[in-house]
Amino acid sequence: MSGGVVRVTGELIAVRRAGAYHHLTVVAPGVAELAHPGQFVALAVGGPTSANLLRRCFSLHRVKPSGTYGGTVDVVVSAVGAGTRWLTALRPHDPVDVVGPLGRAFPLPAEPVPCVLVGGGYGSAPLFWLAETLRERGCHVELVLGAASEDRLFGVVEGRRSADAVHVTTDDGSAGTKGWVSDVLGEVIERTKASVVYGCGPMAMLRSVTEVAAAHGAVAQVAVEESMACGIGVCMTCVLPVTGADGRTRMVRSCVEGPVFRGDRVRWDALDGGITRVPDDAVGAPRPGGH
Amino acid sequence: MADMTTALGATRLPNPVMTASGCAANGKELHRFFPVSDLGAFTTKTVMRDPRSGRPTPRMAETDSGMLNSIGLQGPGIETFCVDDLPWLATQGARVLVSVAGGTAEEFGEVVDRLVTSPGWPAVVGVEANISCPNVANRGLVFACDPVSSERVVRIVRGRVPAGTPVFAKLTPDVTDVVAIASAALGAGATGLTMINTLLGVVVDTDRLRPRLAGVTGGLSGPAILPVAVRAVWQVTAAMRAGLLPRAPVIGVGGVRTGADALQLVAAGASAVQVGTATFNDPSAPRRVLAELEAEIDRHGFDRFADVVGIAHERTAAP
Repeated sequence: MSGGVVRVTGELIAVRRAGAYHHLTVVAPGVAELAHPGQFVALAVGGPTSANLLRRCFSLHRVKPSGTYGGTVDVVVSAVGAGTRWLTALRPHDPVDVVGPLGRAFPLPAEPVPCVLVGGGYGSAPLFWLAETLRERGCHVELVLGAASEDRLFGVVEGRRSADAVHVTTDDGSAGTKGWVSDVLGEVIERTKASVVYGCGPMAMLRSVTEVAAAHGAVAQVAVEESMACGIGVCMTCVLPVTGADGRTRMVRSCVEGPVFRGDRVRWDALDGGITRVPDDAVGAPRPGGH
Repeated sequence: MADMTTALGATRLPNPVMTASGCAANGKELHRFFPVSDLGAFTTKTVMRDPRSGRPTPRMAETDSGMLNSIGLQGPGIETFCVDDLPWLATQGARVLVSVAGGTAEEFGEVVDRLVTSPGWPAVVGVEANISCPNVANRGLVFACDPVSSERVVRIVRGRVPAGTPVFAKLTPDVTDVVAIASAALGAGATGLTMINTLLGVVVDTDRLRPRLAGVTGGLSGPAILPVAVRAVWQVTAAMRAGLLPRAPVIGVGGVRTGADALQLVAAGASAVQVGTATFNDPSAPRRVLAELEAEIDRHGFDRFADVVGIAHERTAAP
């Protein structure tokens, strides 16, 4: 009945600072064994009587199917709200309620083609595991990591171990090239002759990654950041407009149909200023007057 | 172990715990966590005649002990429901309470007409008319805000659902007198009432200084609304006991997170209880609440769940 997902009361075994972020390692038996790069976990916050009911979803940074303590999962957390602050204040041996692995993983190329992996801020978290998985399959892998400033980059050192090369950009020039990931991505695609670009980070970045990839003849696979309430497909809050193989656009759940989508299938034209419209041509779109 | 069976009109259920409409999709997702046939009934996501995209996002805002949602009744429409979802639930052995809605009273009837022809229909133990979803562009379309509209919809649904299959009207507490709406629904032939739907709310994003939800307003759910649900169930049950309303089963819903929460609704008069938003926190919440409710009934020494329904009215201290 598990359907590839489990719910377990795990145990935190480590919290480490990583620049502006926190890196958590949680013993979560059963999750690591089932997981693939690009999938995520949904963590409950605040304990059994919490006033914050909604689970917080984090992409899996790494998993270890068997370790000293049993299978572990690693996630990277930016403590910006009540739930994430509660998580990052946990101490080793505190219980953590984990549901996962969830969502669709990054699709892997059948052939050992060159790939570029692009991460914005701590959106880079799943890319190192992905890079290692791709290199095991013979792919040449380069990483492009971008953030507003140096402290908001995640995994630059780790990236040098995981990938064949790492390129860094910051908006303020405090590390690497001053500018955005999209400023350097085209050159990296051309030089490596990459046919797949994987992206994870803010929606505006994923849109430009998709556009740059298309301009240079590569396919973009992007893991979207949509706020979710449940992570398991029942609440219908994390939807976004995506065009299907039949050419029709539907509001699909990013937690079950995603979080990884082909970039050219996402209706970026409907996203603006923190609001995602329902495109007029979407299946079941509101008629005049709205629903 | 107490006898947990409960009666909803002519229908008997092995236990009184259900999912709440719109909080459990149509079963496949939660079936990964517990067998959907364990529940007294599985209440499906409200289905309308045509496919419907729902509203723009953000559609969700967390609140203290709750959340606002403005999904807007997204769904694939009754055809897909009848061909895919309902037969799947039937195959699992689930007892299904089907939530239906329409933009007009007649559309409710069209949805029911198609529903009864589904190969999964034998699994249906009742139809819940969602006349109270707050997420519609025109508040004037919330049928359950008006006794006349409520009566019109319920009469059509009752007329199209085969006799012997219960019809429940799902009501909103966002009205001046919920007993008047309950009276209209029961007068139009509803077997019973489901109470309550979400309450209309707004959250302001204090960084952007604009409403958090793209649709501005949303429905408030979660533990924060439990006392409102208990109040609504209490009021209609008290009216029934006073002879002001016909006696009818009530399904309590709103803010249930634990078996003790469910017991509050039962003691106030609910013959069955739905678990909604708590499922987002705990995917096995409906199954867990059933186990906890059984333990509560045992703890109080009752032999039958049915003996606890409405008991708080008998134990209320005289003023």
